[in-house]
Amino acid sequence: MMNNAFALAGIVIKELYRRKDFYVLFILTALLTLLLGSINFFNEQNIARYVKEFCLLLIWIASLVIAVTTTARQIPAEREQRTIFPLLAKPVSRGDLIFGKFLGCWIASGIVLVVFYVFFAVITGAREHHIHVAAYFQAFWMHWMMLGVVVGMVLLGSIVFAAPSSNSTISFVVILGILLVGRHLNKVADSLAEPTSSILYTVYYVIPHLEFYDLRDLIVHNAGSAPWWAVGVATIYAMVYAALFQFVAWMTFRRKALN
Amino acid sequence: MAEVIKVEKLTVEFPAGGAGQQTKVAVKNLNLTVSSGEVFGFLGPNGAGKTTTMNVLLGFVNPTSGSASIFGVDVRQPIARQRIGYLPELTYYYKFLTAEELLRFYAKVFRIPKDQVESRIDEVLKLVELEHARKRLIKTYSKGMQQRAGLAQALINDPDLLILDEPTSGLDPIGRMKVREIIQRLKNEGKTVFFSSHELGEVETVCDRVAILNQGELKVTGRVDDLVRENQMNLEKIFLEMIGYKSPVTV
Ligand SMILES: Nc1ncnc2c1ncn2[C@@H]1O[C@H](COP(=O)(O)OP(=O)(O)OP(=O)(O)O)[C@@H](O)[C@H]1O
Ligand SMILES: [Mg+2]
Repeated sequence: MMNNAFALAGIVIKELYRRKDFYVLFILTALLTLLLGSINFFNEQNIARYVKEFCLLLIWIASLVIAVTTTARQIPAEREQRTIFPLLAKPVSRGDLIFGKFLGCWIASGIVLVVFYVFFAVITGAREHHIHVAAYFQAFWMHWMMLGVVVGMVLLGSIVFAAPSSNSTISFVVILGILLVGRHLNKVADSLAEPTSSILYTVYYVIPHLEFYDLRDLIVHNAGSAPWWAVGVATIYAMVYAALFQFVAWMTFRRKALN
Repeated sequence: MAEVIKVEKLTVEFPAGGAGQQTKVAVKNLNLTVSSGEVFGFLGPNGAGKTTTMNVLLGFVNPTSGSASIFGVDVRQPIARQRIGYLPELTYYYKFLTAEELLRFYAKVFRIPKDQVESRIDEVLKLVELEHARKRLIKTYSKGMQQRAGLAQALINDPDLLILDEPTSGLDPIGRMKVREIIQRLKNEGKTVFFSSHELGEVETVCDRVAILNQGELKVTGRVDDLVRENQMNLEKIFLEMIGYKSPVTV
């Protein structure tokens, strides 16, 4: 299982660095950040904060685009290009395939994040002459855990919806929906009549709360780090959801006829 | 002789393609055994059910009823595929990988010991004559070269059973001859080869036994030389007779 999954993950990572998407997004993020940083019309204090905020927003967008599009095309591409046949004709189970693709996409997103966060640390370090390493590491780690949930979700989507483009679109809508309104659903539910209220409450408890993983404010405002136990709990929470999505993906894919 | 492939009462139905359509029976109550060391030709016109049968053997498609096993292991177990080499009907490989990277990946899946991987890759690339192109992306290969890369991946684990779906389709006469030589060579090494083909002349020269399938049903199976002797005609004529073909000229 692990042997096959790592072999498959290696292929996903190789694909990522042989395609142009990542380089383009990184260069775009870097250029836009540097451009904004070079404009000096606010006072010193504010511009530093805006640059950080802006750079982190770009990193979030770019990482989500890479994670979602990379994951969404994996299994559909295997099927369309028919590489799945020689692959599954080897002692590779369908569970190995799903777990390997998950691992590959997740590790690839992690590598992308490391590059982005190092860039971010260099930029802010140059301006502030000091970086809060623990806080930055937490922000990176939580971001990466969130991408684990995203990758699991999109992988499931790629088995349910055959077309990668519709899967990507639906995934983006769901992810943005959770990030923007996820935390308010319970309050909205309170203000509604039954049965809508209960339904909304259920949704609130069932969805993976990706917004927990957003520690941008802490590093933008140099507000210290989060408690480590909370990071630990969030890590477990993310792994449970990622595993759940993979399990459902496997159940759906397990007996599917391929041809 | 040990049975390498055993198919019992295999039926495969596909759901209707559209409203008002009946379910499509691709394979009907098929019984088939392939013994160790045999070269077995699996014949039938387009749509006869050859690829579908192979898809069941590889676990891609589930039987509607009946069963299939390889080396005595039910085909639904991934371990049944440890000693198989498979060449699909249409070969496409990861576009961003070179031939040697592809083979390295598959070697890993088969858990070939690290110190043997490179020599094994050299060996199969030499066998299919792709050494000169090993560092090129497979997507830049010609069709025949891709087919040979496909054969190389099928051989990477030194399999005891090869399942080849139309291995010579799309190859030039020299390419075909080379595939025949490879099959012959594998046979001499004691391997079992199960392949489908439309090239009856070729089948007649390399196969020990054949089965002819028509519309999902087994029409005949037996040793090539026995069939030719008993029927007093070549394999092509037997094939046409078995599938009920009447030449419009003679009718
Ligand atoms: N997924 C599917 N859904 C519906 N029908 C299918 C499906 N796959 C195959 N069939 C049908 O099953 C029958 C057998 O197809 P199969 O591909 O096994 O034939 P074949 O013997 O390999 O033919 P060829 O020589 O053309 O490769 C055909 O009638 C085909 O249309
Ligand atoms: Mg076929």
